[in-house]
Amino acid sequence: MSLVVSNLNVDHGAIRAISKVSFTVENGKIAAVIGANGAGKTTLLRTLSGLKSASTGSALWNQHDLLSVRPEFNVRHGIVHVGEGKSVVAELSVEENLHLGAIWRKNQKEMKATQLDVLELFPRLGERLKQRADTLSGGERQMLAIGRALMSKPQLLLLDEPSLGLAPLVVEQIFQTIKSLRDQMSLTVVLVEQNALGALEIADTGVALNLGKVVVEGTAQSMLNDPAVRAAYLGY
Amino acid sequence: MYKLLSSLLIGISLGAIYSLMSISLVLVWRSTRVVNFAQAGQAIVSTYIAFEVVNRTGSFWLAFFVAIIAGAILGAIVDRYFMRPLFKRVNSGPIVAIAPVVATLGLLGILRAIVGFVWGVELKPIAPPVSLDGFSLGSEVLPFAPYNALVIVIVAIVLIILSLLFQKTNLGLSLRASAYSPEIARLSGIRVNEIRTLGWAIAGAAGAIAGILATPTSYLSPNSLDVLLVFGFAAAVIGGLESMVGAVVGALVLGLGVTFVSNYVSTSLIFPTAFVFLIIILLVRPSGIIAGKGSRRA
Amino acid sequence: MRKRLFLFIALGWILLLVGDRVDELRVYQGASIAVYVIAIGSIILLTGYSGQISLGHGALMAFGGYVAALCASHASMPLWLAFIMAALVTGIFGAVLGFAAARLSGPYLAGTTLAFAVGLPSLANQFSILGGEQGIYLDPGLPPARLGESFSQYKWFFWIACLAALITMFWLANILQSKYGRTWRALRSNEVAAQLCGVPTGRQKVLAFSLSSGLAGLAGALLVLTISTVSPSAFPLSLSFALVTGAVVSGIYDLKGVMLGAVILVVIPEIADSVASRFGDSLKITSTLPGLLVSALLILAVLFTPNGPGEKLHHLRHKRKAHSG
Repeated sequence: MSLVVSNLNVDHGAIRAISKVSFTVENGKIAAVIGANGAGKTTLLRTLSGLKSASTGSALWNQHDLLSVRPEFNVRHGIVHVGEGKSVVAELSVEENLHLGAIWRKNQKEMKATQLDVLELFPRLGERLKQRADTLSGGERQMLAIGRALMSKPQLLLLDEPSLGLAPLVVEQIFQTIKSLRDQMSLTVVLVEQNALGALEIADTGVALNLGKVVVEGTAQSMLNDPAVRAAYLGY
Repeated sequence: MYKLLSSLLIGISLGAIYSLMSISLVLVWRSTRVVNFAQAGQAIVSTYIAFEVVNRTGSFWLAFFVAIIAGAILGAIVDRYFMRPLFKRVNSGPIVAIAPVVATLGLLGILRAIVGFVWGVELKPIAPPVSLDGFSLGSEVLPFAPYNALVIVIVAIVLIILSLLFQKTNLGLSLRASAYSPEIARLSGIRVNEIRTLGWAIAGAAGAIAGILATPTSYLSPNSLDVLLVFGFAAAVIGGLESMVGAVVGALVLGLGVTFVSNYVSTSLIFPTAFVFLIIILLVRPSGIIAGKGSRRA
Repeated sequence: MRKRLFLFIALGWILLLVGDRVDELRVYQGASIAVYVIAIGSIILLTGYSGQISLGHGALMAFGGYVAALCASHASMPLWLAFIMAALVTGIFGAVLGFAAARLSGPYLAGTTLAFAVGLPSLANQFSILGGEQGIYLDPGLPPARLGESFSQYKWFFWIACLAALITMFWLANILQSKYGRTWRALRSNEVAAQLCGVPTGRQKVLAFSLSSGLAGLAGALLVLTISTVSPSAFPLSLSFALVTGAVVSGIYDLKGVMLGAVILVVIPEIADSVASRFGDSLKITSTLPGLLVSALLILAVLFTPNGPGEKLHHLRHKRKAHSG
């Protein structure tokens, strides 16, 4: 099982947002996708989950073609995208937000069990189950978004800048949580981040995007050691 | 005293009918960001179908049931085969802002014309299942009849069913999520397009019920539900287009307001009253009586 | 501007000549077309340019019609003055409405103007001076004697209506090309951006509404002239819809196609009548077919020529060039 992206080209109207991007993520590994604002990271995820259509190229998850399918159907194949900006439904309660992730599975008992697992991972959510999602703090909302994704029992998790706008301590928590998702649940994760250091520290492999193209690729360790990467993205 | 009591009761009964129309408009608005003016057209078709059933079988309740189904099916068809292709086709240029409004108006006209053609434009009656004669209170006869009470009961039941559906079921959760955040709903595995069509079906059914309940006290004609549309819309706006509760409250306020003006001032001021109500609310409290999120900008 | 003036004068001459050669019925229709030209022009100004939708312009026409009728019959004003009053008073009323409308957009504005369209005519029954359902009779008077014995009343209507249409459309075309028109277009496409550029959007919207209402009022007064009465039934809800349809069909973003919309609106009842007479003058057909045609036309226009027939013609012209070049 792995994610194989080859020669992906995505256009925003007349502008090529993603250009000939290819990379592979092995099963149960975390791939960090780093790059500056506007590099195409979000577009990449939106294309993989089916929110945006690609022009040419392919992306396969275990032989399932991600690109030709609407997002709601990709979810049924185990691919879940957590959008940027703490994507929770503000008007719904924490519990309802979680349920949202599991509705398509139609199995009530399984849903309850999964919810217990999620709440074990994010106990703070358990304390706020009945509250409206917009009363949560930024970090809690991000946890809720990830929690909702987990309710869908994903195999491939696409995370868009989960650390954005969060306090350092919370960011650390989030990254540790993502790490444990890989370690304990064997999830495959594509982690898009502006916080390159944090992402590369928990990732197995890394991809750096610039203007829609892959500029650096390799193991996370090698990227952490690469002077060019350091200069451009890690700040030292 | 009797005038006050009867105005109150009639106002509530009227408001109850308006609320079904306003709820159906709010439902569609929330899920598709479109004010479906064609709702009146869908309702009139359903009501004429009900008329046929009553004519052939003499049963109001069978007709009622058939109207609900017809309304639901029609609502689903309009969303799936009219609105969705429309949005796909018209997605650029300045026309986007007015295209949905204009398109649903066009559809309204077409539905009305079809109805007029198939059934003719003469006024037709639908006999009510219970009496239209007012209750007697002592020596007085109230203008409030068993039928009006029945209307209130039916609408109350419908509202309860709808709120249970929305608040307590997975389907309702999907509907709400799809309306609030369609993208997040998609990413959660919810088939947003199909859910939206379902929302239109429910709205269509509610509109059909409004149509069939409104007819026994007057008559049926291709234009007879225009009033309902205007009042339903005014009620929805007064209540704040974003909320179901608001739609109901707005409808009751409007129903009572219109009845009181009609009884105490003059019957021909009904429409101007609704208009004035609408303007006042829009000027004074633009987010409606029950303020919801989201702005007045479509 | 000079070119346009010549164009309009030339148009005027042509109409003059046409009016002489054509039979009574066509002349009468010509007058109706002129009325619709003004009314559709008002919608193009309001919706196409300033982006405010109105489903109540039929009621505004009614308003103007009543003002004209009251001025002419109760205040004994000469016709031309009554028309000016109609435009003016409706324009002022439009400013008031516009003030409320400026806060609204999209469906809210549509629904509110719809409520207005339904509400205003019923006021006629409330105040006896408005004559209730029968309305008020407007004596159109006879054409001036110096035009000769054979100058029919319909021709007189035609002249008056065409003159009004030419003058108002000339004026409208100019104002749409002016900085006002550009401002309105700016706020139609992006009100926030316009505000940020310092455009007093509220005022501009009210201005547009007011001018549009004035035009509609004038159109209404002219309509009343042609039928000699003003009553609620002359201005049904379907009129408001028809105006919007006419505007969309003729290309709501440009004044150029306004004649097309007006002609279509006048032609549709004719088509309905002739279809009906083929089927034995069925009441069903005469009452439902016009609505059906108008609505179907509206939907087709939105789907296929959303930005006006000009767009399609443009494409065709380019295609031809590409083929021949």
